[in-house]
Amino acid sequence: MSGFVLRRLLSATVTLLLMSLLIFVLVRLVGDPAHLMMPPEATEADRELFRQHMGLNDPLLTQYGRFISGMLQGEFGNSFHFGVPALQIVSDRLLPSLVLTFSALALAVLVGVGLGVIAAITRAQSVRQLVALFSALGQAAPPFFFALLFIRYFSVELGWLPTGGYGSWQHLLLPMTALGWYSAAGLARLTQANLEEVLASEFIRMARIKGLPESVVILRHGLKNAALPVLTFAASQFGILIGGAVAVEAVFSWPGFGSLMVEAINQLDFTVVQAAVVVSTLLFILINLAVEVLYALIDPRISHE
Amino acid sequence: MNDIVLGTSVLPGPRAPGRWRVQLRHGAFYLAVGSLSLIIFASLLAPWIAPYDPTAINLGNAMKAPSAAYWFGTDTLGRDVLSRTLHGGQLSLLIAFIAVALAGTIGSLIGILSAYFGGWIDNVVMRVVDMQYALPPVILAMVLIGVLGPSTGNVIAVVTIANWARFARIIRAETLSLRHRDFVLLARLAGASPLRVALTHLLPNVRHTFLVLLTLDIGLIIVLEAALSFLGLGIQPPTPSWGGMIADGRSHLEHAWWVSILPGTVLMTTVLSANLIADHLRGHRPTGGQHD
Repeated sequence: MSGFVLRRLLSATVTLLLMSLLIFVLVRLVGDPAHLMMPPEATEADRELFRQHMGLNDPLLTQYGRFISGMLQGEFGNSFHFGVPALQIVSDRLLPSLVLTFSALALAVLVGVGLGVIAAITRAQSVRQLVALFSALGQAAPPFFFALLFIRYFSVELGWLPTGGYGSWQHLLLPMTALGWYSAAGLARLTQANLEEVLASEFIRMARIKGLPESVVILRHGLKNAALPVLTFAASQFGILIGGAVAVEAVFSWPGFGSLMVEAINQLDFTVVQAAVVVSTLLFILINLAVEVLYALIDPRISHE
Repeated sequence: MNDIVLGTSVLPGPRAPGRWRVQLRHGAFYLAVGSLSLIIFASLLAPWIAPYDPTAINLGNAMKAPSAAYWFGTDTLGRDVLSRTLHGGQLSLLIAFIAVALAGTIGSLIGILSAYFGGWIDNVVMRVVDMQYALPPVILAMVLIGVLGPSTGNVIAVVTIANWARFARIIRAETLSLRHRDFVLLARLAGASPLRVALTHLLPNVRHTFLVLLTLDIGLIIVLEAALSFLGLGIQPPTPSWGGMIADGRSHLEHAWWVSILPGTVLMTTVLSANLIADHLRGHRPTGGQHD
């Protein structure tokens, strides 16, 4: 088991290093920050001073070395725009984004798995059709469009929930639903397909012959065996949710990390973009690692592959 | 048979799809094909059938509700939303089709060659694919657009870069399962070059998976382009695009909901139709959808 975790950690580190290289190179292909960051009346000497101060004159390899060693110490340099450490800006915005993505994921698992189970065990065609419709709609529209539909109906028409902002559960409800619907749709379809397959197998018939209550058959014997692919899928949704959150945050003025990235890209604030991408990649890798370990714990065959 | 002894009259068990259900599924498929064709043709014919100039500003006529003269209403600058939706659709669909064709071709070729050659080439390719999987496509595309600047060509390039990896991973897995089959070995014995084996013997055998992936991906790509344009990092105004139009009406949901909601509904119908078609194609041979 520890060997398995070590191997995964190693490959995660390689991925992260490659990613940091890619981001570093990309971000330096943009125009000269000395021109963008200094007021137009600045002289060439001012700009030179700025470049020296920011270390933009050093060879690229030196800059990359500095970037990596800084990264390891959690030091990404100061934001060009705000003059405070980039990591601090990113981490200030991290909590709201995590709140949004994790509550969207929790909602998606709850609703998606719930609907999937219902669709798999019900005999009513109409219920199955409704779940199918729920899934088809969820996978058809971008989360930011749901966000606008929800605002139009629940905020403008009914006046139940705020149109944007951050701080209470009322503020969270609409963005979380808009963001989570897509993942709930996929989870519902996957849970239904897997559970139907498992419920058709011999050991389920056996459990029923033994006279076990239907709830035990479905939950203990059925769902438990259908859970593995569902778990992996749920984890894979994290990246999609982080991506979808960018526009949802913009719609709801949610002070997250996605709206920060849009701002930073528009201002060509290199250090913030770098810090944001590295932090989100790291998060994503750690979550996948946690899922793989969990997966190996549930199914011991995996760590011996 | 056991099935009869165990019986299914009391116990809920697997059921074969009823005749009417199959017909319903076919019905949904034909409906999807119909609406997608309608949207594609209407968008292609936009310059001839759009009732107004999509960029003509008429402030005296701003934010008019849908009516006989303006089916989709007018936006904050008095431009006809229907005409803009048609023209925007033309650009959005053009970008999506070019990007999905590029991502599909490049990704699949990389996948086939990676599986065929194996060894360090395969290792390097799969590391790059892993790296790509570690970053959400929207964020990768945003960073790239930030670097390259927004233009139609750059949007196509960025969306392609953000989407080739899925093709590479799945087509590679499919090719790996074919690599040791007799017909491949025979072709190699007959002296066919690796490229020839890959193109004439492996490629035709992964075409079904490729087709399913293409239809699955077209929806994702339409949504990705719309997200970029929505965030102001894609198609730039005044050129209409679906994502940009949805963004235009964002702050006017109260008084002029149609500015955002109607183009958004057309976008949603397009993606819904593409997904239904993909599901239908996948249904004939379930191998394509199992991997992702």
